[in-house]
Amino acid sequence: MAAHFNLFLQAAFVENLALTFFLGMCTFLAVSKQVETALGLGVAVIAVQTITVPVNYLIVTHLLKEGALAWAGLPDIDLSFLGLVIYIGVIAALVQVLEMALDRYVPKLYNALGIFLPLITVNCAILGGTLFMVERQYDFSQSVVYGVGSGFGWAVAIVALSGIREKLRYSDVPDGLQGLGITFIIVGLMSLGFMGLSGIQL
Amino acid sequence: MADYRKVLLDPLVDNNPVTLQVLGICSALAVTTSLLPALLMCMAMTGVAMMSSAAISSIRNYIPNNIRIIVQMTIIASFVIVVDQLLKAYAYETSKQLSVFVGLIITNCIILGRAEAYAMRHGVGMSFLDGLGNGLGYSIVLIMVATIRELFGAGSLLGYPILPLAGDGGWYEANGLMLLPPSAFFIIGLLIWLVRTLRPRQVEKPDYQIHEVHRTEIL
Repeated sequence: MAAHFNLFLQAAFVENLALTFFLGMCTFLAVSKQVETALGLGVAVIAVQTITVPVNYLIVTHLLKEGALAWAGLPDIDLSFLGLVIYIGVIAALVQVLEMALDRYVPKLYNALGIFLPLITVNCAILGGTLFMVERQYDFSQSVVYGVGSGFGWAVAIVALSGIREKLRYSDVPDGLQGLGITFIIVGLMSLGFMGLSGIQL
Repeated sequence: MADYRKVLLDPLVDNNPVTLQVLGICSALAVTTSLLPALLMCMAMTGVAMMSSAAISSIRNYIPNNIRIIVQMTIIASFVIVVDQLLKAYAYETSKQLSVFVGLIITNCIILGRAEAYAMRHGVGMSFLDGLGNGLGYSIVLIMVATIRELFGAGSLLGYPILPLAGDGGWYEANGLMLLPPSAFFIIGLLIWLVRTLRPRQVEKPDYQIHEVHRTEIL
């Protein structure tokens, strides 16, 4: 249990997907002008990440890995080269299903998330989470914890950034730095702050 | 002829995908701690951009509009798999260093963005050039950031020592911050500042203008 909690902290803060691996930067920079929308996107990312990482784990271990198809009587087949195309397909399909399910059962949340839900398909943080899970060879429970943790870390980062950017409206930024430039500098400073958390272990 | 040149050269500075359109930044930052992986990443990315733009453009009239995103993703993912396998075969060590970022070319917004905005509406040849141009525009930024980071962070370029390090009896004290993630953000931020100072047209309008107070107003 302690190991899993440790993994959660690691995924959420020390190895924050946005601030140390630069994943999901496009949406991170584009959708962080208001706290409210950032929060909605953050929640959507946590939800999708929590589902896709374990689902992709199951697919990798039971369908793609070398010898994984032994249960179907095909022990010599190694489909791991198909990984990338399958992961992105799974992510796109899951996002679509989640969208329909939310629309049917929780229309309020669906409306709040709006356009961000479909956009998550092309968010590198989601695909990145899956790829890190495969590369680090997590087991099932670890992949669940990693999914929740990394999604949570990304959400925290984007909400924090949007808070800062809301305040930033009132500051006098030099012309060339206006908008994108100053945002990069802020993210750099935030990333510096998150580095202070490295080395935390329970 | 001028048309070809415009498609190819425009994305390099004037309409750079990274510094102006805010696309494809994810991977641009992570692989730039040293020059060699950055160069490999540029080649992989430019290759995928060219091939996928050309492929998508060649079947653009047969793709039903509703499912175009998933078709584009599948084509892009197939090319990324080819590139990934090639890298694993011929540059295994560096491909280990790039780790997940080769796979992440799939979700690189530049490629999908060009497919959606250009390749779906133009011929194969032009789309190929457009992919090449945008790949090169991305590469320019990546190579500049990687050069700065490796030179000042480790005193070397492509692994060859350029600035003799103090630890080895030279005079240069390596700046460790350059090898850490925050420096990539700072360098790109400053790069954007530089580009926009040279090309004032690209400056963004602030959401809120600070009211200029004239001396007489206070009195």
